[in-house]
Amino acid sequence: MTAAPGMTQANVAAVRLEQLTKRFGDVDAVAGIDLEIRDGEFFSMLGPSGSGKTTTLRMIAGFETPSSGQILLYGRDVTGVPPFDRDVNTVFQDYALFPHMTVGENVAYGLMVRRVPRLEREERLTEALRMVRLEGYQGRRPGQLSGGQRQRVALARALINRPRILLLDEPLGALDLKLREEMQIELKAIQQQVGITFIYVTHDQEEALTMSDRLAVFNRGQIEQVGSPADVYERPATTFVAGFVGTSNLLRGETARAVIGSDGIYTVRPEKIRLASPDAEPAPDEQSALGHVREVVYLGSDTRYIVELDVGGALVVTQQNLETSSMEALAAQDRPVRLVWKRQHVLTLGGSSGPTGDGEGAESA
Amino acid sequence: MTSAAFARPPGVRRRLAAFLYRHPRLQLRLLLAAPLAWVVVAYVGSLAVLFANAFWRLDSFTGKVVFEPTLDNFVTLFSTAVYRTLALRTVGMAVLVTATCIALAFPIAYYMARIASRRVRGLLVVAVLMPLWASYLVKVYAWRTMLLGHGVINWALAPFGLHGPGTGEVAIWLVFTYLWLPYMVLPIYAGLERIPGSLLEASSDLGARAGFTFRRVVLPLVLPAVVAGSIFTFSLTLGDYITPQLVSNTKLLGNAIYDALGVPNLPLAAAIASIPVVVIVAYLLVARRLGAFESL
Repeated sequence: MTAAPGMTQANVAAVRLEQLTKRFGDVDAVAGIDLEIRDGEFFSMLGPSGSGKTTTLRMIAGFETPSSGQILLYGRDVTGVPPFDRDVNTVFQDYALFPHMTVGENVAYGLMVRRVPRLEREERLTEALRMVRLEGYQGRRPGQLSGGQRQRVALARALINRPRILLLDEPLGALDLKLREEMQIELKAIQQQVGITFIYVTHDQEEALTMSDRLAVFNRGQIEQVGSPADVYERPATTFVAGFVGTSNLLRGETARAVIGSDGIYTVRPEKIRLASPDAEPAPDEQSALGHVREVVYLGSDTRYIVELDVGGALVVTQQNLETSSMEALAAQDRPVRLVWKRQHVLTLGGSSGPTGDGEGAESA
Repeated sequence: MTSAAFARPPGVRRRLAAFLYRHPRLQLRLLLAAPLAWVVVAYVGSLAVLFANAFWRLDSFTGKVVFEPTLDNFVTLFSTAVYRTLALRTVGMAVLVTATCIALAFPIAYYMARIASRRVRGLLVVAVLMPLWASYLVKVYAWRTMLLGHGVINWALAPFGLHGPGTGEVAIWLVFTYLWLPYMVLPIYAGLERIPGSLLEASSDLGARAGFTFRRVVLPLVLPAVVAGSIFTFSLTLGDYITPQLVSNTKLLGNAIYDALGVPNLPLAAAIASIPVVVIVAYLLVARRLGAFESL
């Protein structure tokens, strides 16, 4: 493998980005990021389109050369190394399967390039196809497969080379919701099975939260926060993170002074807020605010209420429909309510840099 | 039916439109009748007449065509060495011109499709198409003037002690390649442009260098487009008799047909003409198997 001799894998980061920058014309697609991805972790790069996450992934793969900064893979500087000499493989967003080759030829392509002997090639092909549950498909053409099957072929084609790092560029973006959820579970299982580092680019916060060991939230070419899903969701570092990962529900300025009692920017997750009648008395460890329900969105298992606060601003509240019927939920429209939450669920946010930090509590998920 | 629009009885045009709406197949037939008739009569029909002509013969005394089915013309074709030489020379020339066009067109098309900026690409497409706007005869005469003894090619090469290809097979090859090159560049350009960039990235990602990617990914995917282009270069060369006549003393099949018409021996001319037709039909069948028709 390519790790420098004498280095133990455990303490060398799988990927180290140092002041990595990519300029397209006069736009900084990636504006000087530092990042360390650990060996063997499932790491997600989450962000809206144009936030630089895909460009970063493409620089790690070697498809783009950085304008400045460095990329180290397991301690080896690969900044100027072409893709075919890097120990990483990529699963492309459009799968990029070779249409003139069979599934088997596609999957074994990397082995053929490296002149792996025929017998070993076939063994590894069988093993790779079994891993993605496509045994018996090697004679088909990519054109004869469904989206989900193509996705698996792309995965097998990358994994058969036993790379140290697998890069996935929004691999589930083209699949429908049901299939996407299935593939999420399967991807995670495969990652645990092969035990290699996965770097996963997505704009879907739910996907990032469910699959990752850690994730980085990208915005405008920079990283806003790196942490575990729980960290990022429960303790968002910035208003952008609060808004992008979940519903922002921001309290700031006048509203913050009136409700929280001090200046600053705060957020409360919608599921932590309880709807009560206006005359309800909050417990000592609770805070509350008066308002009226502007809109009710019935979502089946949950109902989402958008509540206009009397002191200005709005908060989104989600409640599980444990006992509530849709009739009851919808009847709450325009009703005056008291919103109640525990003090410990109020999060203090750092600097605002995000376009969604507008204090209106508009949902963004 | 109280609405005024419904109260009025529908006009002839409306009724006709409704009738056609209810009979979509009839509509299709009416639509295709004229163009199909044109194709059948003007193209297939004339070919059939041509082929039928090849089975008559010329009475050598009267010089009149005798309308009795005979294989005399084909016997003449196969037993006369000259025709065999002409056929081989013509097909060989078509193959050579096609190969040269592929070799020249590929780098140009690759540059246009994958490297050039949008603006340069547009300019290059125009540059490739431009020669097609000029008259064929003007272009061939221009080459003739350049190639002849006192032409600009010999003049330019003289200081180096060299002289140009003169008038011969090389001249024909040069001029044909010049004439048909755009017909090869355009399909290859279109074929290359259709290959998603991610396929090339994927190949590189899987460890392949540029040469390997070219042989295993680019070439197989663009092959139908190359074959599509070669249909043009090949068949245009096969049928042309003006260029050989103007830039050389060498004859191709087309010139033999022309000569036979000059006798006039129409049946023999028809028999000779059926050779390129047979070759092209065979070529098209192969091209279809290679998927070229999807790339036209």
